[in-house]
Amino acid sequence: MDHLDELENQSIFILREAYKNFKNLAMLWSIGKDSTILVWLARKAFFGHCPIPLVHIDTTYKIPAMIEYRDRVAKEWGLNLVVGKNQKALDEGMNHEKGRMVCCEALKTNGLQCIMEEHGYTGLILGIRRDEEGTRAKERYFSPRDKNFEWNFKDQPPELWDQYKTSFADDTHIRIHPILHWTELNVWEYIQREKIPIIDLYFATPEGKRYRSLGCAPCTGTIDSTAKNVDEIVEELKNNTTTSERSGRAQDQENTYAMQKLRARGYM
Amino acid sequence: MGDNGSAPELSSRLLRLVIVGHVDHGKSTLVGRLLSDTGTLPDGKLDFIRDICKQQGKEFEFAFLLDALEEEQEQGITIDTSQIFFHTAQRKYVIIDAPGHKEFLKNMVTGAADAEAALLLIDAKEGVQEQSRRHGYILKLLGLTQVAVVINKMDLVGYDEKVYSKIKTEYTAFLDSLGIEARKFIPVSAKLGVNIAAMKDEMPWYKGPTVLSMLDQFEKKPPQDHLPFRFPVQDVYKFDERRIIAGRVESGKLKTGDRVIFSPSNKQAVVKSIEAWSVPEQPSVATSSESIGFTLDEQIFVERGDVCTLMDQLPIVSTTFDANVFWMGKRNLEKGRKFVIKLNTQEVECEVVEFKKAIDASTLETLSNQDYIAKNDVAELTLRTRNPVAFDLFGSIANTGRFVLVDEFDVCGGGIITTYTPTTKSDKLRDEVRTRDFNWIKSEIKPDERAYRNGHRAALILVTGDPGTGKGPLARTLEHSLFQNNFQSYLLDRRNVNLGVGADLSDPKNSGEGESARRLGEVAKLFLDAGHVVISTSNAFHQEDQADLRLLANPYQVVEIQVGNQSSGEPDLVLSLDEAQNAKEASLKIQNFLKEKKILLGHNYSI
Repeated sequence: MDHLDELENQSIFILREAYKNFKNLAMLWSIGKDSTILVWLARKAFFGHCPIPLVHIDTTYKIPAMIEYRDRVAKEWGLNLVVGKNQKALDEGMNHEKGRMVCCEALKTNGLQCIMEEHGYTGLILGIRRDEEGTRAKERYFSPRDKNFEWNFKDQPPELWDQYKTSFADDTHIRIHPILHWTELNVWEYIQREKIPIIDLYFATPEGKRYRSLGCAPCTGTIDSTAKNVDEIVEELKNNTTTSERSGRAQDQENTYAMQKLRARGYM
Repeated sequence: MGDNGSAPELSSRLLRLVIVGHVDHGKSTLVGRLLSDTGTLPDGKLDFIRDICKQQGKEFEFAFLLDALEEEQEQGITIDTSQIFFHTAQRKYVIIDAPGHKEFLKNMVTGAADAEAALLLIDAKEGVQEQSRRHGYILKLLGLTQVAVVINKMDLVGYDEKVYSKIKTEYTAFLDSLGIEARKFIPVSAKLGVNIAAMKDEMPWYKGPTVLSMLDQFEKKPPQDHLPFRFPVQDVYKFDERRIIAGRVESGKLKTGDRVIFSPSNKQAVVKSIEAWSVPEQPSVATSSESIGFTLDEQIFVERGDVCTLMDQLPIVSTTFDANVFWMGKRNLEKGRKFVIKLNTQEVECEVVEFKKAIDASTLETLSNQDYIAKNDVAELTLRTRNPVAFDLFGSIANTGRFVLVDEFDVCGGGIITTYTPTTKSDKLRDEVRTRDFNWIKSEIKPDERAYRNGHRAALILVTGDPGTGKGPLARTLEHSLFQNNFQSYLLDRRNVNLGVGADLSDPKNSGEGESARRLGEVAKLFLDAGHVVISTSNAFHQEDQADLRLLANPYQVVEIQVGNQSSGEPDLVLSLDEAQNAKEASLKIQNFLKEKKILLGHNYSI
């Protein structure tokens, strides 16, 4: 069993625990590479099926190619797609010029909150990873959120021997993170091995630019790169890299503790 | 990969390492130093931290590299486990920095439970402290015995060999008492980078290794393929025409064509296929740590919690066992209070029946005559579960010999199963039943075929209640009316069994060890195997007898008809009747109940 098999087997185990223990479960699909491999892993876990609905929070500022890719893949893979929007905030003219953190919270966190309430989800699967940034390094695989969506990182339940938190009070929900233990390189190596069709925004343009992390068009920048396909990205990551994966994501750089504040209040 | 092979990628040899020790002995500083000295930090990260320190008017510390949360940096202590990836020339590591503050034991446990090796830090100036010992003990309970001790802050004691030797002697004695053998004691200064990545000149009396070269000597946890096959069932899927039993191989191997047995139900079948999606070829073998699914040649009833094994390597099945437990809950772990035990995929109510020894984990002192343990303490105790569970001793198969305890919504304790002695009568009876079931010669006629012909499934109906409540007449009426409806009913009177089958028992009513109940149960089992609805009444069904009958009748259903408000045992189904003086009416109620529960199916019912 090589390292990718190890990661895959652990993630499948977690997905199956989530599916067994939560009656009303959904998976967040941002269209990016991480949540797309999550969908792939679900099909592995459930033998070709994805019995969990996929929620996509549409801020309407997403890069247009993402929406086209989303609808095509959902159709090909037979996915149950649920699209959520914070229409009220959009009607009131919310955008990043009102402040990046304000905008993220309104369109993403609150957008998610609306759709969770509407469907009564008690378990939400997300594709976050520990190596992405500091606060995510401290996450649990099964991480409780209170009724206001808040994360109490100071008092988290213990997690050992693959026994997860599967019981919880009413009005609270659990965030489930099946690929928490993967690294960015692992994700690309897995895409390479499994030949997972990934959105081509990650590949370098003839001008030598590519996205390393995907988000809303106004707040997501490209990096300099010549990696035109999955193999070249894997090589690039092996030889690099001392720049952080989310260096193109503006909200992280907003101020010192931006991510911690966003995440404690329910951001992904 | 070329024909002449290639060196394995670095990333294929990731080792999970935990760093533990008393608060403020320098764990985060060591991790920060390791990251910095191996060139693993992202560009700008050091500058970023320096900026924060400047903003907050503090001196730069390596520890801040790890402390992602604002509160942590303000308080200067790690609150939660943090996982950081880094590498040496040899391989990759994920280091788990576990907090040393007593309040955060659960976070330390979370980090250490997942690790393959541990570095335990001791401050040279402060020496062995409370958490140094407590963490050592917890590592042992978690089964983590690959440990090196790092004696930090040697710069504060003038790099004095005597200080080093004193701590080494004291802590070695402690580890010896736990049965842990520390690989090495390494004197370092994490802050100044002494003996971390490179040997420095400050301590010529120390010959090595450095922390980094020690790490490279730790071994990966080997696969558990050589052990007996263990597969706790996680779920059963029916997304398409396949009925797939899903779960993870905890140890051993499985091949298609293997005859497998599910405990505690003792059901058997043959593995028809091992299923997988999007793989180059259909697998025929599964080994440990693989999350798999398989189909069976027969549609036997299997559910989450069952443990699948091979015939000749059965797990222990019992309700009672001894364990070592550590406790992290806000409320105490007390004798007699109910908790939920999660043992692999089994989840059942349990309680502590005896505290053999309550221990203060920081001193290893026995807390005498204590029927509870508080947060952060450990105990040797006996647990009893409400229903039988399948397990192994931690010493034989670690993955199926450990469990967690849940109080309300949270995991509050963890433990390993140390010993099991089949002393109780029901343990012995369970072993007998298992042997009987394995050797039972099966009829060509399947239970479903009998049910189709008879219009009902086989079931054992026990009528219980106080004397004079009309149980006898009710049982007779029930037998008769079932018979008149063309059902195969038989009233099995305990007295009749004792007259013949039990004739050699001198005093069947009070015969020791429940022998009379056992014989009644075995006779009932034969009738059940023949497909009958077996009715029995007794005043003498104590809880224990009834549990025995249920065990003997397995896998057939046991229904208890309680006349009056008396509860006994734990049958599969219960119908309470206020009274049974009108036997006809009561019998009708029972029949409706049996229909509702799909025991009486009606003739020509198609299966």
